[in-house]
Amino acid sequence: MAQQFYVSPEQIMKDRADFARKGIARGRSVVVLSYAEGIALVAENPSPTLHKIGEIYDRIGFAAVGKYNEFESLRQAGVRYADVRGYSYDRADVTARGLASVYAQSLGAVFTAEQKPFEVELAVAEVGPTQAQDHIFRLTFDGSIADEPGFLGMGGEAEVVQQRLADSWRPGAGLALALSWAVDALRAPRANSAQGEEAEPLGPANLEVAVLERTVREVRGLHRAFRRLPGSDVGQILNSSGKA
Amino acid sequence: MDSHHRGSVPFLEAAGASSSFLDFVTASNPALLPFGRSLPAGQMPETPHGTTIVALTFAGGVLMAGDRRATMGSMIANRHIEKVFPADRYSVLGIAGTAGIAIDIVRLFQVELEHYEKIEGTQLSLEGKANRLGAMIRANLPMALQGLSVVPLFAGVEAGGSSGRLFSYDVTGGRYAELEHHSVGSGSVFARGALKKLWRPDMDRDSAVAVAVEALVDASDDDSATGGPDLVRKLWPSVYVVTDDGATRVSAEALAPVVQAIMDRRTAEGREA
Repeated sequence: MAQQFYVSPEQIMKDRADFARKGIARGRSVVVLSYAEGIALVAENPSPTLHKIGEIYDRIGFAAVGKYNEFESLRQAGVRYADVRGYSYDRADVTARGLASVYAQSLGAVFTAEQKPFEVELAVAEVGPTQAQDHIFRLTFDGSIADEPGFLGMGGEAEVVQQRLADSWRPGAGLALALSWAVDALRAPRANSAQGEEAEPLGPANLEVAVLERTVREVRGLHRAFRRLPGSDVGQILNSSGKA
Repeated sequence: MDSHHRGSVPFLEAAGASSSFLDFVTASNPALLPFGRSLPAGQMPETPHGTTIVALTFAGGVLMAGDRRATMGSMIANRHIEKVFPADRYSVLGIAGTAGIAIDIVRLFQVELEHYEKIEGTQLSLEGKANRLGAMIRANLPMALQGLSVVPLFAGVEAGGSSGRLFSYDVTGGRYAELEHHSVGSGSVFARGALKKLWRPDMDRDSAVAVAVEALVDASDDDSATGGPDLVRKLWPSVYVVTDDGATRVSAEALAPVVQAIMDRRTAEGREA
């Protein structure tokens, strides 16, 4: 039998974390930010069908970066969790906090017990009655969970995106301003890396945008706050704020 | 309730499985379903029953209306009950039969359609929705044999289309496409007679609402289990209209003059029978 080398648990965890981090950094970034009339989820995504952003429940949205098959199965599991909970209790009893903690448990268990960790990072957002009551949770590959104050950037060169958002984000902005911040943040890594050479443009065609509308019940009479914005609407909104 | 989620990894077990909420719950937690229980032998006490639902097509969509009465034998169990519900954006369903089970089937059906939409990113076709409802009614067959039957009526427009379609069901889950108009429940015979005389091809929305309300008035005239419009309590039938704009409820303010017009005309005519 071959000699088994001793590898310390610290080293195993570090190797796994590095592996997952590398996978996540390879993709494009996603931004989630709260604004006056709701929460905007903005992803750089050239595909119109393979979504990075999805609806979970009435007031809860989902955004992810990393491997598509992995976060898609997590999204579907989240929809199942929310629908079963809402059906057996009441629609009001489905919360982002509950969902995020189940995600954290799953990610944590996979990180320690499975062959390879999930190469994903997730955001779970819940729009509240006021902007102060919005919740944005960040879930990382090892099951860590963080409650983000108002905005979040993840995937790709996440630190650059997050820093740009931290510089610009203020509470009380309208949708047009919030979207322009989001697009600015998503463009930030290009400005850094492509000095001199022409950066590939980031227009409405490469953006996947959805919003959780705060007043959907009062204004539209619906209980589902999640709405995708088509590319043409996104172009119009960005034009109006001079960021096309 | 969610003990199967607690082991964190089993939370992912069903990933990639069916897009159907009914299939998922049947496999993971069947106790949540309204049906699928074997009842012991014994005498079932009286339970509330929902009664008359009418549905009809008009130019640009389809309409469904139900009275507000639930009966328990010869007692009125509830005079405010809602028996017509929006199933999703483009369809509505009404239920007659054992109210307790029927209302849970409606909730299950609503979640089923929303669940499919969220998992797949697209809506089910109208036929697909009608078939899923048939599957639920069939699953309830053992309970129907014990006297707890539920008979729904389903109506909607295909997303992006503008012609309404109707589907009726029997207790075995048999699904039948209906033309022009249909009704179910104890007062359905009388409502159907009224519809035959009042319905016209290519009616507009407002006359469709008036025809549906008048059919329910006729049903309540002859069937003790169907509640008529209550002028004292200002209780009107629940009426939903589905067009390519989606399903909307006709407001009480819009129904009051319709009911009043029917009452006034019948009073003026001095009809006895």
